[in-house]
Amino acid sequence: MDRVPILKVGDVLLVSIQTDLQDRTALALQEDLAERIVRTGARGVVIDITAVEIVDSFIGRMFAGIAAMSRLLDARTVVVGMRPAVAITLVELGLSLGGVQTALDLETGLRLLGADSLEEGPRRCGTADDRRARDPDRLQ
Amino acid sequence: MTDVHEIRIDSSDDIVQIRKVVRTVAGDIRMSLVDQTKLVTAASELARNIVGYGGGGTVRIERLTGPSGVPGVRMVFEDSGPGIPDVELALTDGWSSGQGLGLGLPGARRLVDEFDLQTAAGRGTRVTVTKWTR
Repeated sequence: MDRVPILKVGDVLLVSIQTDLQDRTALALQEDLAERIVRTGARGVVIDITAVEIVDSFIGRMFAGIAAMSRLLDARTVVVGMRPAVAITLVELGLSLGGVQTALDLETGLRLLGADSLEEGPRRCGTADDRRARDPDRLQ
Repeated sequence: MTDVHEIRIDSSDDIVQIRKVVRTVAGDIRMSLVDQTKLVTAASELARNIVGYGGGGTVRIERLTGPSGVPGVRMVFEDSGPGIPDVELALTDGWSSGQGLGLGLPGARRLVDEFDLQTAAGRGTRVTVTKWTR
């Protein structure tokens, strides 16, 4: 079974869905994310669905589930990059994605999560050790 | 031109394959991207119903030409499961006999142009949907 890779950028976990998800892959992603949030102390999760061509009620429910689960683990979830055709279809389907925050693109999504450690990126130019030393602060 | 695909639906793994075929057929007749997305989503919901409630079944996907020469896609989802005891209820938003959100049937109906549901207790269910290009 394929697994969706989860990247860590600052204190945010980034998931970019690149294929039409099998149900089992979607469920595995939910579990992997819960585990990674706890392990890394991430404050936010960004799910990029720019490449996703359809969202049916199962996949929509998975997003809502990830958002609810991450809230319980003290992280916020933003779904970014929804295609116009997907948005139109979701409305007609009657799926509200209740509780899931959305943003037009990755940049806006990261800003919504207050991931300012990323915006400060260019100013952080110390050695790798300096950055590691700063990391624990950022995660608090 | 006839172009018919028959696909078995036994588990949720088959749903991705169905979405792919429907997307191809709809793309071939130059259906708009929004309408393609609606049709593929409807197919996904109806296939899910067969996995969840129908105990497996089949879908027949074909392209056809309407009375005024407009091309379209017809999909026939068939199972020999328990059938739907109360069709009106099953077509109500938010009502579900299982773990779903209760959007499958009413949602799929809104996403297509024509929707027909035949069901018989203990003998199964057949849902026929059609979407035309515009």
